[in-house]
Amino acid sequence: MAVAINGLSLGAIYALIALGYTMVYGIAKMLNFAHGDVIMVGAYIIYTMCMFTWNIGSMPIWLSSLISFVVAMAVCTCLGIVIEKVAYKPLRGASPLAALITAIGVSYLLQGIAQLIWGADQRTISILDRLGTVNLGSYVIKWSAIITVVVGAIIMVCLVMFIKKTRTGRAMLAVSEDKGAAQMMGVNVNAIVSITFAIGSGLATFASMFYLPITSVSPTLGAMPGIKAFAAAVIGGIGSIPGAMLGGVLLGVVEVVCNSISAVASYTTAIEFALLIIILLVRPIGLLGKKRRIKV
Amino acid sequence: MAETMTKKSRFQNGKWKNYISYAVILAFLIILIVINLTKGLGFSDKSTLPRIAFSCMLAVSLNLVVGFLGELSLGHAGFMCVGAYLGCYTANVLRGAGGMPELLVIVISMLVAGIVAAIFGFIIGLPALRLKGDYLAIATLAFGEIVRCIFKNLPFFGGAMGMSTKLYDGNTLFIIAFVTLLFVVFCCQNLINSKHGRAVVAIRDNEIAAKAMGINVTYYKLLIFMVAAFFAGMAGVLYGATIGTIRQETFSYNYSIEILVMVVLGGMGSINGSLIAAAVITWLNITLQSQLSGALAPVKSIVYALILIVIVIFSNAPAMKGFRESINPRNWKRKGPDDAGKIKNDAAQWDRIPTKIHMDDPLSVDTRTTYADSPVPPDVVVKNRDEFYVKPEKPADGKEEK
Repeated sequence: MAVAINGLSLGAIYALIALGYTMVYGIAKMLNFAHGDVIMVGAYIIYTMCMFTWNIGSMPIWLSSLISFVVAMAVCTCLGIVIEKVAYKPLRGASPLAALITAIGVSYLLQGIAQLIWGADQRTISILDRLGTVNLGSYVIKWSAIITVVVGAIIMVCLVMFIKKTRTGRAMLAVSEDKGAAQMMGVNVNAIVSITFAIGSGLATFASMFYLPITSVSPTLGAMPGIKAFAAAVIGGIGSIPGAMLGGVLLGVVEVVCNSISAVASYTTAIEFALLIIILLVRPIGLLGKKRRIKV
Repeated sequence: MAETMTKKSRFQNGKWKNYISYAVILAFLIILIVINLTKGLGFSDKSTLPRIAFSCMLAVSLNLVVGFLGELSLGHAGFMCVGAYLGCYTANVLRGAGGMPELLVIVISMLVAGIVAAIFGFIIGLPALRLKGDYLAIATLAFGEIVRCIFKNLPFFGGAMGMSTKLYDGNTLFIIAFVTLLFVVFCCQNLINSKHGRAVVAIRDNEIAAKAMGINVTYYKLLIFMVAAFFAGMAGVLYGATIGTIRQETFSYNYSIEILVMVVLGGMGSINGSLIAAAVITWLNITLQSQLSGALAPVKSIVYALILIVIVIFSNAPAMKGFRESINPRNWKRKGPDDAGKIKNDAAQWDRIPTKIHMDDPLSVDTRTTYADSPVPPDVVVKNRDEFYVKPEKPADGKEEK
């Protein structure tokens, strides 16, 4: 039971990050390697703002946490848009490999800047941890895990509704289907791409909030979850939103289950990536990828 | 036309480019040996030089996959990891047996490492036959991480602490490294210029067309993956001999990406470009690392990242195309005669451009009789076209370019 909840919560985090990858891939047809580092920046902003507001004092902790989360979200969203405008927009129409290399450059840049500002040492902060644990029968479960699962599910439902129901969401679908045709139908492609990056980065902030109870904050925080979420997006079929969710949850559950079995615990990473390769071999377009797949 | 082609020497065919890399590497090596014998290279130079050499090897071998085969691979460090662990393990075993000269030990361990890495290349090459583009990239990346994770947990390879091997003598290691590099460049260039290489390039350009022409796509993809892995494995042994302790953290996907960056910045499908880019980037990395220490250490990655972003945007952005062409030396040279082929915007010159259709004649046909009174006889048009063009002035600076 505890394993299941923890797996689902880790899976929700991976799914949130994977959504950022898959949406950007659907719209801009590029692998945004800098996505993991946006999570890292979000975590640092939350950390800094929490430290700042706690020092002021006389503010309830939930309020200061909320303020820092909102600030982090605003910063990350702006960061996502700025990265897109400065680094990726000039390369639209060039080879995808060029955009991939710039994304790697942006990733290094963000890591370097974070290390310059906050230093290389690891810091820990407890926000969601403070909620403690809950006893369900004989199982002890962290509140943070439950919140992650619930909030993650709500966000994903909201995202699907947003894409299906709103004009902007449908415009995103249109752009991912055919950029040229969407433009001719009066869709502002530049604005849509920016919005996609903004949403992806916003989701990344949620991921960094939920990731904080699991890990400590360091400049390379985003690297491993970033790459695993990327794997999750590919497992689910890159470009497909339900696929990213499925892939994320699958990978999260596999990771937690493997970690709980002591015989294979140290091979967890290998097992996860082997799963990726096997799924790609059996179904080269991912689990939910289709020939004419719905992608954003 | 065919006659002139056969008469051309290798230099006129552009094959001189192949020899330039050999000549430069050899000259570089000889200069270094002379410096080392007379003044003695510094300790840091002795570890920098082999690093440059194995970076070049990695870049050239990855270029085979990315530039010539056209498949994106993000797992090159994984092959290097396999080579480093297996090769240095072999070297340790051979040294333990004793009685073997060091040179022989390193050659044998490089061969073993290369062969084992090539087997892994075969294994990862198999999925490569089913996957395309980004999917293959993530599969190779996953392979690299799997290899790392496995080596981290195998006890006889030192586990998480890393495996230690004997540091090779600094005075001769760089010579071995550069000779190996020469061997790698020689193999790659001959492979690419052979029948096999042309088949590989054909697969890159159009796989279906290549298949239709009877090229065995499976065979060539596996071949290139295995050759690239073989050289990466050899580079791994040189890495072990330079650094002394092999840690699996080194071979993370960041390292694969760094090699990919060398290939892309040097120019995909250009071996000389890979050599230059690998040497410059490695040197830059090491220099920045040693110059910037303590709190300024992250400046290295910032500088590195900025250079990367600026170069890629400059050389790839569609908006910069005009600017790129205006500063490209090849275009200065070409401006003269080539411009004659273009239709002038200048209306005053239009009547001087010979056309076979004469708009004034109601039923003009391309025959001598029809053109009897035309200002430009058709025969002359074909034979001496250039006479009828206004040749533009050649730019002064373009003439100086070779």
